[in-house]
Amino acid sequence: MSFKATTSAALSESPGKIALRTLSRDKRSRIALSVLAVIFLLAIFAPLYSSLIAKTDPFVSTINATIQIDGVERQVLQPSTEGLGLGVTPIGPTFTTKYFLGADAQGRDVLARILYGGRNTLFIGMSAALLTISLSLLIGLIAGYRGGWVDSILSRLLDLIWAFPVYLLSISLSVVLLTSGISLGFIKFGAGSLALPIFIIGIVYVPYVARPIRGQVIALREREFVRAAVGSGARHSTIVLREILPNVMPSVLVFVPIMVALSMLTESALSFLSVGVQAPQASWGTVINDGINLLYTRPVVALAPGLMIVITAAALNLYGDAVRDALDPKSRGRG
Amino acid sequence: MISFIVKRIAGMVLILASISILVFLIFFATPGVDPAARIAGRNADQTTLMEVRKTFELDKPIPIRYLSMMRHLFISQDLKSYVNRGSEVLPQLYQAIPATLSLVIGAAILWLFMGIFLGIRAASSKRKWVGPTISVLGIIGISIPVYWLGEVVNLVTQSKLHDSVFAWLPPLGYTPLTENPLTWFLGLIFPWITLSVLYAGIYIRVLRGEILSVMKEDFIKTEIAKGAGEKRILYKHATRMSLITLVSLFGLDFGALVGGSALLTEVVFGIQGVGRLTYSALQNLDLPVIMATVMYASFFVVVANAVVDIVYALLDPRVRRG
Repeated sequence: MSFKATTSAALSESPGKIALRTLSRDKRSRIALSVLAVIFLLAIFAPLYSSLIAKTDPFVSTINATIQIDGVERQVLQPSTEGLGLGVTPIGPTFTTKYFLGADAQGRDVLARILYGGRNTLFIGMSAALLTISLSLLIGLIAGYRGGWVDSILSRLLDLIWAFPVYLLSISLSVVLLTSGISLGFIKFGAGSLALPIFIIGIVYVPYVARPIRGQVIALREREFVRAAVGSGARHSTIVLREILPNVMPSVLVFVPIMVALSMLTESALSFLSVGVQAPQASWGTVINDGINLLYTRPVVALAPGLMIVITAAALNLYGDAVRDALDPKSRGRG
Repeated sequence: MISFIVKRIAGMVLILASISILVFLIFFATPGVDPAARIAGRNADQTTLMEVRKTFELDKPIPIRYLSMMRHLFISQDLKSYVNRGSEVLPQLYQAIPATLSLVIGAAILWLFMGIFLGIRAASSKRKWVGPTISVLGIIGISIPVYWLGEVVNLVTQSKLHDSVFAWLPPLGYTPLTENPLTWFLGLIFPWITLSVLYAGIYIRVLRGEILSVMKEDFIKTEIAKGAGEKRILYKHATRMSLITLVSLFGLDFGALVGGSALLTEVVFGIQGVGRLTYSALQNLDLPVIMATVMYASFFVVVANAVVDIVYALLDPRVRRG
C-alpha cells in the first residue's frame, strides 16, 4: 500500500522486527487474520456443534430420520417429486439447531459436515504446505550449495515433476495409492488416511518452491560474507545454517500462506473428483461433490462449502501479499 | 545459440522418456495395484486372471512390457485400450484435442484481455479506489475453485433461468466447430469465462506488480527527468518490460492447459476433451490411455518450457552460457 520511509530510529532494529511491525500495521494482514481466526474457531468447535447443538453424527447416514418443524413431523429424506420419482430429496435449510443448512442425500447434517470438513481441509492444506516447503528448502539448499553432480541430479528430478502437469500427477498418484496405501517401512497408511492427500499434494508442488530457493542459494554462495566464512575455514553445515539459511528464510516465509491456499484448493479439487479425502471423512471438496447431484434441488449443499473455500483462500492470499510486502522492502506497494 | 537449442531439445526428449518410465512405474510397480484384476472384474477367478494377464502381456517382465507399450504408442501407433477392448487409443486422443483447444484458446484470449487491461489500470489509475478494487478482484480470482465456479454457473444458467434468460444456451456438452459454429460458440461462452477467471486473477496481479517495480527502476527516472510524457513512460517502457514476464508465464500456462490441466472445467461442463479422457482412464486404470494422454500433456508442457527458455536466451545472451 503506501510506502513508509524507514526512520533513523528503526535502523538499529533487526530486519525481522521491522518486518513484524510493518506486518502488524498492515490493514490487509489484520483483516485476513481475523477472517482466518473465525474459520479456525469454527473448525475447532465442530465436535461441540454436532454433539451439543445439532445432536447428530455427521458421519453416519440416517435414512429414516424425522425432524419436528413447527410441531409437524417431517422426513429428512423425502421421496423425490421430480422426474420419475426415484431417489430422494433431502430436507432443505431449516435454520433451526437441527439441519441448519439441510441434509445431504444420506440424511447427514450439512452444516456439521462442513465444520468437520473444514478441519480436514485446513489440516491437509497446512500439512501439505509444510511438507512442500520443508522438502523444497532441503533440496534447494543441498542443490544450490553443493552444486556439481548433486545439483544436476536434483535439478533434473525437479524438471521431471515440473513437466508432469500438477493435476495429472496428483490424480495418478491418488488413484494408485488409494488402492494400495503407502508403506514407509514401519508405518503404514491405509487408503482412508489423510496422510495420502498430504503426501501427494506435498510432493507435486516441490519444484515450484525449490527452484527459486536453489537460485537464491547459488547467488548467495558467491557473496562476500559467505566466501569470507569459507575462507575462515567454517564447516559446510555451519555456513549453510548460519550464513545461507537466514538469508533465504524471508522468501521461504513468503511462500507459506500462498502454499497453504494452493494446497487447500488442490485438496478440495481432488476430493471433488473423489480421489482426495475418502468417505466417511469429509472435506469441503467432498461436501461439494455430495452436493453436485442435488445442485438443482438443494443448491446450498454445494454452494456453502465452496464459499468457505473462497473466503479462506482469499484471506490466505491477502495475508500472503501483506507478508511479502513486509519482508521485501523493494516490493512494497505491489500486489 | 544452435548448440543451446540442440542441448535443450535433447533435454526435452530425456524428460519425456523419464516421465513415461515414471508413469509406467506408478501404475505397474506400486505394490497392491493389479491392472489384471481391474480388467477381469471384481469377482474373476484365477483362470480368468491368468488369461487376462496373457492377452494383455501382463505376465512379462516390466522392462519388456514398457518397451512394447512404447513401440505400440510411438512406432506402430496402434496402442489398444485395456478397458474398451480392442479400441485404439490414439483416435480417442485425436478426437479429444479439438475440444480442449477450443476451450483453452477462447479462455486464453479472455484472460489475456482482462489481465492486461485491468493489470495496467490497477498500476496506473489516479483514482484512489481503482487499484485496491482491482487487487481485491485479483485475489478473489485466484481463490475460487474452478470446478465450484463452474457448478455455480451451471446452477444459474441451466436451471430455472434456462427457460427464460438463458433460453439461447445449448445444453451442457461440446459441439464441434465443424458441425455447428453457432452452437459451438454459444456452448463455450460460459466454460471460457469460468476457465479464464483464475488466470485473469494471476495475470492482473503479476502485471500490476511488474509495472510498479519497473516504475522504480533508474531508466524510468531518467525518462521522467528527460520530460517524457506519463503515457509514454507507462506504455512504451513500463508495460513493455513487464510483458516479457507475462509472455513467459503465458507459454507455461497455455502449455499446461492444452495438455489437460483444464480437466476440472471439462468435467464440470461435460466437454469431451483431453483432460476428461485422462480422468476417466485414470478411474479405470486404463494404462494405455493414461500413457498416451500423459505423454501428450507433458509434451506440451515441455515444449512450452523450451520455447520460453529459447526466447529468453534470444533476449538475454547471459542465459546461453548457463
